[in-house]
Amino acid sequence: MAIPISYNVRNVLQRPVSTLTTAVGIGLTVAIFIGALALASGFRAAMISTGSKNNAIALRKGADSEISSIVTREGASIIRAHPAIAVGPDGRPMASAELVVVTNKQRLGQPGSSNVNVRGVDPSAMTVRSQIKIVEGRMFTPGTDEVVVGRRIARRFANCGIGEKLRFQQRDFTVVGHFTADGSAFESEVWGDAAVLMPALDRDAFQTLTFRLKDPAQFEGVKKELEADPRLQIQVRRESDFYAAQSELLTNLIRFMGVFITVIMAVGAIFGAMNTMYAAVGSRTREIATMLVLGFSPIAVMTSFMFESVFLSLVGGVIGCLLALPVNGITTGTTNFQSFSELAFAFRVTPAALIAGMIFAALMGVGGGFLPALRAARQPLARTLRET
Amino acid sequence: MNLLSLVLVNLGRNKRRTILTLLSVTVALFLFCTLGGVLDTLQESIKFGSETRLVTRNAISLIFPLPLTYRGRLEAVPGVKQVAVQNWFGGRDPKDERNWYAQFGVDENFYSIYANDMEIVAASPPQTPMEVPAGIVPQLQTYFAEQNACVVGQKLLEKNGWKLGQTIYVAGTIYPGNWPFTIRAVYHAKKKSFGEETMFFHWKYLEQKGMHGQGQVGVYVLDLNQPERAADIARQVDALYENSAAATRTESEQAFQAGFVSMYGNIPFVLRVIGLAVVFAILLVAANTMMMAFRERTSEIGVLKTLGFEDGTIFRIVLAEAALITVGGGVAGALLAKWALESSGFNFGGFLPPMTVYWSTVLTGIAIAAVLGAVSGLIPAVRASRLKIVDALRRVE
Repeated sequence: MAIPISYNVRNVLQRPVSTLTTAVGIGLTVAIFIGALALASGFRAAMISTGSKNNAIALRKGADSEISSIVTREGASIIRAHPAIAVGPDGRPMASAELVVVTNKQRLGQPGSSNVNVRGVDPSAMTVRSQIKIVEGRMFTPGTDEVVVGRRIARRFANCGIGEKLRFQQRDFTVVGHFTADGSAFESEVWGDAAVLMPALDRDAFQTLTFRLKDPAQFEGVKKELEADPRLQIQVRRESDFYAAQSELLTNLIRFMGVFITVIMAVGAIFGAMNTMYAAVGSRTREIATMLVLGFSPIAVMTSFMFESVFLSLVGGVIGCLLALPVNGITTGTTNFQSFSELAFAFRVTPAALIAGMIFAALMGVGGGFLPALRAARQPLARTLRET
Repeated sequence: MNLLSLVLVNLGRNKRRTILTLLSVTVALFLFCTLGGVLDTLQESIKFGSETRLVTRNAISLIFPLPLTYRGRLEAVPGVKQVAVQNWFGGRDPKDERNWYAQFGVDENFYSIYANDMEIVAASPPQTPMEVPAGIVPQLQTYFAEQNACVVGQKLLEKNGWKLGQTIYVAGTIYPGNWPFTIRAVYHAKKKSFGEETMFFHWKYLEQKGMHGQGQVGVYVLDLNQPERAADIARQVDALYENSAAATRTESEQAFQAGFVSMYGNIPFVLRVIGLAVVFAILLVAANTMMMAFRERTSEIGVLKTLGFEDGTIFRIVLAEAALITVGGGVAGALLAKWALESSGFNFGGFLPPMTVYWSTVLTGIAIAAVLGAVSGLIPAVRASRLKIVDALRRVE
């Protein structure tokens, strides 16, 4: 016969201070675990949402990032003329040949500088990238020294406020608006007219060309055709795949660090849980012996104590989830060394991360409860009951 | 009776609990010092830079080059002894994308400027005796005789199982194509922070094959003979090109390296927060243990008091017990972190210098452990000292 669960729950509640300290210890471990997952998935989400499945991006052969790529003006017009490219409402092809450079800018409110991506776009870029929305100010006027700044970096770098001037090379550009882009990496960029930015930054070629396909299913065919064109020397990739690949290095690094840190923390927390469970078993030796005498099987006793330990850890897990939830949405930023520029992104505490946190807590409970539960089940009955 | 031995005997009473608590503190301090070590390593990467050398780059950002024509004028700036050219190559291993290492195209001055940071430990013997440029070790003869020769770090050589004289291939990402390089010399980093996983090759080769002779330079390294005037010289250099097509930004090599660390953005802050959480979590474990130990021994404390132990002494005994556990665990964890990380040679794939844990971090860790002990032992110690003999002895277990 099984020992009722309420027995364990009551026992746990009987020792509130001890329960709470152990549970909070486990909770902190779970919170860090969820936090690391949220950091990795926030970063990854920002990069993945950057690219659209319906778009394709052309880069120079061998280039593994936008900044190391080159697409000549001539090459850009050849690609633009491809019949598989969708046509916008203005009758022009939905293709944006873009200048992508990184510029070193001063951080706002703290010393130091970092790299910011500057993207010179074609006026059709707004239809190709439908996620772009101006949230403050207005869009830049093509042909002028105006730029718009992604909202996420506007607060992180100096001179990004509306009306302020950003200097590139010898020219000042006026910030006229802030934009959002569904939380994607574009929100960490400065956008202006490619036709103005190129001479200002002393460039005579584009970096990439992104185009909307009439029918996404045509991708393979278009890719083959363009890559085989000897005039172009380019590679064509789905925009979504390209940006996802750009996130790989850092996502893996964050996950690795997260797992490394939390596994070590978990070992410490398991030791703590073991202490508590041994004490719980120790203070109830006679009680347990009585249960065994009454006919509860050692397996039932063991299960019962394992359950108690898991229950304790799950309380910790809930505390951990509650501690981790407030980080959801907090913006943080670091350099994505694959694109060599700062990417600001928000922590994303996903339901999957919370569930993973609870499972992690339960595992800690199993790890911490096993030996004490075994000890409970293996009571030497006669001696325990004889003791006063 | 000796108080210390009383504390030790108490610790030995519930050995399992003592060991479990000790281990959890060890683990926590190991982690704390590891996180601190990552920050230390970032700090170490700044240290590589010398205050007496300047780096001149394009004012917009590193990805914009500078014209080779600047070189002559830079050399003429008073206080500048020598100017070297250094260009990021950004290639990757064509066979294994994950096998990343840094490659730089450099000119001959680079080897004399950095003579104190690296030394050539192996080199291919020259086919025919050759002159090497002034100020450069004679081992580099063969390297200077061949256009596509390269010098690699000892660790890089060992990691990839390369041999001197072997031809390796690098796929260019910025400069397209498959680039063959012949390993003609191996260097050892005299300063740990210089790193041993980099490859250097002729900038001239890069310029001819990769830039079609356009003469563009990633950065200039300026070796000074009046290092005390470094800030002055930097201003002077930048003033030269203030209104030109490629404006420059000149800073000390150390500031240049610090710029990379600044690029990590919020990551160091995140690591600090995690470090604090770890410490707090373990504080709870330790405090819980001390409370348990105290509760178990209530009547015993009553006996001690009956025997004439004063409240203050009891307070100290309980506190000492807590401190011994946490400081013991702290010393073990902090030293383990220093030893394990530094001997592992882990270096974030060559991105940063080998992992370093400063002694100051180790000491901070141990100090934190001591504070942990004091805080976790405080409540039980206060309770123990205030315990009335009657209450303590009345309790029945």
